[in-house]
Amino acid sequence: MHPALSVIVFTTLSGIGFALMGLLGIGLGGDGLAFRWTAVVLAYAFAVIGLLSSVAHLKSPGRAIHAFSQWRSSWLSREGVLSILTLGVFGLWALAYLFMNRSIGSLGILAAVLAVATVYSTSMIYAQLRTVPHWATWLTPAAFLAFGVAGGLMLLATLLAVFGEDGARAVAQFALLALVIAWSVKAAWWQRTAKTTLVAAGSGTGDATGLGRIGKVRAFEPPHTSPNYLMREMAFEVGRNRARALRRVAIAAGAVLPTLLVILAVYGPVAPAAALLLALAIHLAGMLAERWLFFAEARHAVASYYGIGQSDGALASR
Amino acid sequence: MTTLPQTTNKKLGLVIDLDVCVGCHACAVACKEWNTGAYGAPLSDMDAYGAEPSGTWLNRVHSYEVKPEDKPAQIVHFPRSCLHCEDAPCVTVCPTGASYKRSEDGIVLVNEDRCMGCGLCAWACPYGAREMDMDAGVMKKCTLCVDRIYNDHIPQEDRVPSCVRTCPANARHFGDFADTDSAVSRMVAERGGYDLMPEQGTRPVNKYLPPRPKADAMPAGEGCGKHGARIPATPGGLLGWLDRALAVLD
Repeated sequence: MHPALSVIVFTTLSGIGFALMGLLGIGLGGDGLAFRWTAVVLAYAFAVIGLLSSVAHLKSPGRAIHAFSQWRSSWLSREGVLSILTLGVFGLWALAYLFMNRSIGSLGILAAVLAVATVYSTSMIYAQLRTVPHWATWLTPAAFLAFGVAGGLMLLATLLAVFGEDGARAVAQFALLALVIAWSVKAAWWQRTAKTTLVAAGSGTGDATGLGRIGKVRAFEPPHTSPNYLMREMAFEVGRNRARALRRVAIAAGAVLPTLLVILAVYGPVAPAAALLLALAIHLAGMLAERWLFFAEARHAVASYYGIGQSDGALASR
Repeated sequence: MTTLPQTTNKKLGLVIDLDVCVGCHACAVACKEWNTGAYGAPLSDMDAYGAEPSGTWLNRVHSYEVKPEDKPAQIVHFPRSCLHCEDAPCVTVCPTGASYKRSEDGIVLVNEDRCMGCGLCAWACPYGAREMDMDAGVMKKCTLCVDRIYNDHIPQEDRVPSCVRTCPANARHFGDFADTDSAVSRMVAERGGYDLMPEQGTRPVNKYLPPRPKADAMPAGEGCGKHGARIPATPGGLLGWLDRALAVLD
């Protein structure tokens, strides 16, 4: 699948932003004025920059307002509705938090539940697609949620440490746990994709054309002379041979280095704020690589009509 | 509304006969011609006269080589367009309500005034039936020539989809699959018409008729050798001498 930069940035940043909203909502934030304002502004910044970025991949963004209308059937519409609800409810909670230094428990918990539902519906936009066998698994929402929580905890721990609030180390310990869980889910997801090919999913060229019942089917003549929208979107080829290198970047920057730095921040003799800030920045870069692979490695059933990617599992694991 | 109708009064669709299709692409061209001049925005082309021309088409004709185990390979031409699925995933994923399936005849359409061009419907379709119009910024798909089939201003014989009307080989047929006695329903029953990728659970309305078995096909491996003389493996005469001389050097 075509890895649109706007969608990569959107899923990564909004996941962390909504997670931070949820974590603040359940009362994990600090007391200081500077902390409160920075945390709320950053939560909004991550979520809103993510959401605005997603608009960039629309061909007719002027009609995006209609996207709130079809929540009965469409995960994309649900995500739109839920994200606006989350931003609104969190905003109400944040008013009391910012101006009265008071966390209204019921509103905060509601914001947290809505934040989880928003990230879940983002993931379901992909997990619902039977046409992309890599994505069509419960592991997809599990990974999106786990990475969101891990990123949110790291961001929260960093802010607590930077502003000298209590609990930075405790939150960092939770971030450590969340990182381990998230990457275990991702490892299971990668394990599954390695054997999930179009042919194995029953969507190979023989199935797509129904000609497999006669014999072995091979694409002989394409219907057009240069690549079209379908091939650019759903039979993405560019840069796939760098998948292995990118997976190493994702693991090193997304998992190994942040884990070491967070351990250093919690147990080491260094200033936790510096180590956590570095961990967060590196983790974000790693997550962008992880998301790039999420799209670029996934095979769509339409590729079968073009005879492309028939036995590709996850490229990087071969 | 992007929820699907429980049932549709009619199930209009196409039968595509892979035994008859000669791969001339006339259906694709006629489709492009009709749909660029009629309903909705034209089907745009990008870099139409350049090195990498690319455009929006609602019908594409692939050709495949099919190799049975014990017979020589055969070529099958394969037109691919919207199948107007009963469980159309392209409709339910649409966030704006631009995509819909009509309850009266089952045709799946796009209301271009509501489409924001997110492309998710194209991702949801396993058949590659939807293509983004890169100029208009909206999703395009086969309308089953909804502006022809009910059109009182054109002669009766033209009130079928443009691809069906133009097919010189008569490989494409249009009709109502809800009527078990219709020509298309009978054809599907007689010829073993099948669904594409049934595992996707889309319940396509359009059906494909398989190529008929080739009764007189030669067994694999015999090829032309049976009919034409073969060159002997070890030639005689001058060629034989050359062959032996070269063998010394080999």
